[in-house]
Amino acid sequence: MESLAESRDRRCHVTGRAWRGMAAHLSSGRVNLTALREAGRRELREFLDKCAGSKAIVWDEYLTGPFGLIAQYSLLKEHEVEKMFTLKAGRLPPADVKNIIFFVRPRLELMDIIAENVLSEDRVRSPLRDFHILFVPRRSLLCEQRLKDQGVLGSFIHREQYSLDLIPFDGDLLSMESESAFKECYLESDQTSLYHAAKGLMTLQALYGTIPQIFGKGDCARHVANMMIRMKREFPGGQNSIFPVFDTLLLLDRNVDLLSPLATQLTYEGLIDEIYGIQNTYVKLPPEKFAPKKQGEGGKDLPTEPKKLQLNSAEELYAEIRDKNFNAVGSVLSKKAKIISAAFEERHHAKTVGEIKQFVSQLPHMQAARSSLANHTSIAELIKDITTSEDFFDNLTVEQEFMSGIDTDKVNNYTEDCIAQKHPLIKILRLVCLQSVCNSGLKQKVLDHYKREILQTYGYEHILTLNNLEKAGLLKLQTSSRNNYPTIRKTMRLWMDDVNEQNPNDISYVYSGYAPLSVRLAQLLARPGWRSIEEVLKMLPGPHFEERQQLPTGLQKKRQQGENRVTLVFFLGGVTYAEIAALRFLSQMEDGGTEYVIATTKLINGTNWIKSLMEKLEPAPF
Amino acid sequence: MACYTANWDPLGEEAFYRKFELYSMAWNLKEDLRDCLVAAAPYGGPIALLKNNLRKEKSPGSRPLLEIYSASGVPLASVLWKSGQVVQLGWTASEDLLCIQEDGTVLIYNLFCEFKRHFSMGNEVLQNHVREAKVFHTEYGTGVAILTGAHRFSLTTNIDNLKLRRMPEVPGLQKLPSCWAVLSQDRVTIILLAVGQDLYLLDNTSCSVVTPPGISPHAGAYVQMAVSFNYCHLALFTDTGSIWMGTSSLKEKLGEFSCDFRAPPRQMVWCTRPRSKQRAVVVAWDRRLLVAGNSKECIQFVLDEDSYLVPELDGVRIFSRTTHEFLHEIPEASEEIFKIASMAPGALLLEAQREYEKESQKADEYLREIKDQNLLSEAARQCIEAAGYEHEPETQKSLLRAASFGKCFLDKFSPESFVRTCRDLRVLNAIRDYQIGIPLTFAQYKQLTIEVLLDRLVLRRLYPLAIKICEYLRLSEFQGVSRILAHWACYKVQQKDKSDEEVAHAVNQKLGDTPGISYSEIAARAYDCGRTELAIKLLEYEPRSGEQVPLLLKMKKSQLALNKAIESGDTDLVYTVVLHLKNELNRGTFFMTLQKQPVALSLYRQFCKHQELETLKDLYNQDDDHQELGNFHVHSSYSSEKRIEGRVAALQNAVDEYYKAKNEFAAKATEDQIKLLRMQRRLQDDLDKPYVDYSLHDTVYGLVLDGNHKRAEQLYREFRIPDKRFWWLKIGALAEREDWEEMEKFSKSKKSPIGYLPFVEICMKHHNRHEAKKYAARVTPEQRVKAHILVGELDQAADAAIEHKNENEMNLVLSKCTAATDSSVGEKINRAKAQILKK
Repeated sequence: MESLAESRDRRCHVTGRAWRGMAAHLSSGRVNLTALREAGRRELREFLDKCAGSKAIVWDEYLTGPFGLIAQYSLLKEHEVEKMFTLKAGRLPPADVKNIIFFVRPRLELMDIIAENVLSEDRVRSPLRDFHILFVPRRSLLCEQRLKDQGVLGSFIHREQYSLDLIPFDGDLLSMESESAFKECYLESDQTSLYHAAKGLMTLQALYGTIPQIFGKGDCARHVANMMIRMKREFPGGQNSIFPVFDTLLLLDRNVDLLSPLATQLTYEGLIDEIYGIQNTYVKLPPEKFAPKKQGEGGKDLPTEPKKLQLNSAEELYAEIRDKNFNAVGSVLSKKAKIISAAFEERHHAKTVGEIKQFVSQLPHMQAARSSLANHTSIAELIKDITTSEDFFDNLTVEQEFMSGIDTDKVNNYTEDCIAQKHPLIKILRLVCLQSVCNSGLKQKVLDHYKREILQTYGYEHILTLNNLEKAGLLKLQTSSRNNYPTIRKTMRLWMDDVNEQNPNDISYVYSGYAPLSVRLAQLLARPGWRSIEEVLKMLPGPHFEERQQLPTGLQKKRQQGENRVTLVFFLGGVTYAEIAALRFLSQMEDGGTEYVIATTKLINGTNWIKSLMEKLEPAPF
Repeated sequence: MACYTANWDPLGEEAFYRKFELYSMAWNLKEDLRDCLVAAAPYGGPIALLKNNLRKEKSPGSRPLLEIYSASGVPLASVLWKSGQVVQLGWTASEDLLCIQEDGTVLIYNLFCEFKRHFSMGNEVLQNHVREAKVFHTEYGTGVAILTGAHRFSLTTNIDNLKLRRMPEVPGLQKLPSCWAVLSQDRVTIILLAVGQDLYLLDNTSCSVVTPPGISPHAGAYVQMAVSFNYCHLALFTDTGSIWMGTSSLKEKLGEFSCDFRAPPRQMVWCTRPRSKQRAVVVAWDRRLLVAGNSKECIQFVLDEDSYLVPELDGVRIFSRTTHEFLHEIPEASEEIFKIASMAPGALLLEAQREYEKESQKADEYLREIKDQNLLSEAARQCIEAAGYEHEPETQKSLLRAASFGKCFLDKFSPESFVRTCRDLRVLNAIRDYQIGIPLTFAQYKQLTIEVLLDRLVLRRLYPLAIKICEYLRLSEFQGVSRILAHWACYKVQQKDKSDEEVAHAVNQKLGDTPGISYSEIAARAYDCGRTELAIKLLEYEPRSGEQVPLLLKMKKSQLALNKAIESGDTDLVYTVVLHLKNELNRGTFFMTLQKQPVALSLYRQFCKHQELETLKDLYNQDDDHQELGNFHVHSSYSSEKRIEGRVAALQNAVDEYYKAKNEFAAKATEDQIKLLRMQRRLQDDLDKPYVDYSLHDTVYGLVLDGNHKRAEQLYREFRIPDKRFWWLKIGALAEREDWEEMEKFSKSKKSPIGYLPFVEICMKHHNRHEAKKYAARVTPEQRVKAHILVGELDQAADAAIEHKNENEMNLVLSKCTAATDSSVGEKINRAKAQILKK
């Protein structure tokens, strides 16, 4: 256990290092999100100071990643946190500290573990240590009742909550990192995460002013808006006197657009996520391509450990290429390579002391740029190996056929062949669901055929997963004789044949042809307004609505000529990097008139999204 | 105005005192004050009278009457006293009335004679009876000190946190002390008592004899003592008419006065002003009032009737049957301005302003005189300050006008003090009004703070005035208007004569959505008064469900609590109510309740999924949700059943449920799974290899891999595996087994439903180019190019592409060509492409 603590220490040190100057990327956008992070840090410090003396934190493991984006280990250390452990059953590891603080999500199963920790503690030593609980993001009566039933509630001196709802990921990106939000909302009718989302929005409004206009589409969106309006009434002290930073809030249900996450993302960042998975802005990559720069350092064991990189807009080059179509990344990288080597060539021309001095002063920046370029060149090569494979191409072709409305109503050969060759199940599920969504459901015969093929090939136990997908509407029987998708596709221009990947003029570049429906909704809302697509909106699930929050006259904005509106788009149930890229593209359009900040319950891709809906059934061991 | 100083009386060289009327009393009192128990609260507080208290005959008709009046004599409330003999009345810091009974019971009443609670001063007091009592105020709160018939003292320093202290015995004390007082020094409460010529100090543990410094040995016996408002000073009156004044620590003497009257005074109180050097005490006999200080002289007044002295922070209030007066030392600023022939800047400024109004050029002369001395801002400051000390609005106005006039000639005079004084005076004038009757002075008001003043107005139910003041002073809604409205509402709900609807409506009408109003607090008050229905109606207006729900649960309105919890969206709250309901209701009713609340039901399902699986099943049963029941059985087949028989049984249950749910597909699939499990079991027994829990695909694959083609075929037919997939599966397994012979045989068994390209691919995957080539020849023309490329026959591939005249194919081949080895192929294709272009 001691070693675990040490390893956790090390991890935190490492990330701590990476955080130096981290807040820079949060202030780069139109809305300075550093304030949100600062508020989070302040709240954390205040709590830690309440527990006087040395401390050990026992972590709900899931929280460490998101917490890392708010506070580094050095902050904890400054407040006398000396040890960190992972929450697990049994006895707490020994630690010579005055306080033991549990950082946990309010979940009953975690309460049982905590109770066990506390009870076994009392048995082995005299009660010298104080216990505290920090619930993230919210205190729960239910959990406290459970602690009470277990007879340990009285053992805790401080029981508080840390409202870590929306975590700033980047200058224009907030996420709740609530893994199961989609499943809970759409499958289990558990709207806890929506409540947290509404709370998060209230915090955001407390810092950035009341958002005067709220638009939304979908049942969850409606629910969140209702709660916001309700919470506003509950807000003591009345009017918020902060000048509003956001003009509009757009709440979107993920189930309004089930299609976008299913399709393979084709932006640079999207592909990194599809292939390697980005977690809390970090990605782990196979180490082979990242040879050690200085030989002899680190020895032979270096390549065995995955290369971990943080990806955010603090890195200039990444900020430039992350949202490009992957096919446009290569040319940028080679252009950059030329510029950098030219810059290094400069040193030969530097003659006077002044010139040399200037060169040297730029050196750290240039070296950083060079290593950044080297990293991304390696990543691009890794990705290219995959995108040029025949299978990637075939898969993409089928996806694009479905999205452009070709042969969506019959069993697809490629899908069938993939099943027969037992390709990864999630890939199959993505394809089948994509087809179902693009056809407003499948005919009974087609649907049953797919399902049977899947059960026979991958095992009967997946019957519950299939049932979940059906409940979520990802896989469904075509009920009405009409297939609405073509109408939606045409009206909203979801399929663009003449896509320009290098110099895009439309958001469809992010999927090389398919314009994400969700982002189209945002775009059409800004101009010319949803009234123009009333008919289509009716075909999409859930209500659409508009609410206004009154502002005192003093806070009403007088817009300067040419000043852009700021819209916060909140994806309830997750958003993909490709959709984010599309919104950023709209922000940057010269005549766009709107800049977007994105918030979501979770950053998702088709794979981890489908995975979150799968039912893990494993036979009991004999 | 000319005779402004007419009521000023000098006391020695330094100080002037004045006595002026605050109110002529409205109370039409028939009794003499001396026949009543009297208590008046400081800070212009209310007056309580207990009439007929001392009459011995206890006929019901002559029961004592407790009356409470404002300082102006306006009756607030009265009640017939039905409890025991009262010894002393006193007011708490929050203006509750304490009635200390002979038996040591202290009853607490509010301003409106409504009983609040009672407490006892202990057994000892009960046994020996209260002889005398005093109510005192310290930083701990309001305290009560008792002198019992056994000549012992008991006290508590805070009646809200009752800790009784019995003070040590005074040695040799055989009779009641002639006088005593409570002192508070360094946060310790002590008692000073006089017995004849001796003074004793009682602290927690000991009793000590003390002697005031500098007191004449012939001073005589102490008959009266007075402690100042702030506990700093002490005055002692002896039977020789000598008054000793000093610090209450008894370390310093401040002065001495010898008066002609030796009779014990009825009352003696301090009359000082904060930050003033003057010390004076006011002594009252039946018809005489005397102000004595540092000087040999004193000021004397004749009292026409019984009067009662109320010490204040900055003076003394004196009320009688007809009038209520205030006696105080003239503050410095007023003295400077109004003293006859004063040349102080303030006085000159006041004069200048008057002349200015008369349009006389003297105004300029006065002004010039002040300005020449550079004292204009001092003059304005004096006028502003003096205005604060005045009770007469006219005088206030003329002083403020003078200040305002002076300000005009000043560049950098901050308007703040002027504006603040104007505002404060406006408030003070409003509350001094005889209808309200709170004669606060400026200094008292500042000491009391506006928040406390508002609280006092609220206690007097003067809500509209309190709100007006909040609005006028622009206090934030949260701490001002909202708070007052909430108090109003809490009062309103106690009015039993109004119907629930009326009250709820009235409250909402007035409060609306005012931020900071807690409807739940008001509702809690209504509930405490036994008005549950009203509480529920009021809770309807509460926007914070977090507040609504616990109260509703407390009132046993769980169903309503559930609705509210759901409305809030706070799932934790819903869980709390649901689990509450679960304990409260029997299972059937509980389920029925959930039925009506889908949100709660789905949350409870979640709960059960993790905590009580069996209940989950019951829930589905109740709903006739056969699909979920099916799923449930599938789940338990995997997670809880270990033996095949058990698993099959669970799956069989699932089949039944799926049929009931009309889910043919799931039912069939499950039946198939049962069949498969049984077959796998048999295979396992026959072949001594694990098969159970492999998918059908993997089972067949495994069989082919082991060469059990017959059994594989059997499963293929039994489960109607589509040909295509079977072929894919079989060639994959054969290739892995490197059974090329069997593969060839299989390829010829009938026409391949998947074509022959997969054969090529699979052979190449297992690095068998020789075999691959066999199949490359058999692929359909469309796939030929690809097949040739796969086996590395670029030349043939090129030929095929050229034959197809397909440019894409040609490019594909071209892309595989390397300059070194395949130049001829490349050329061939380029030629062909050129030819196509020509056409």
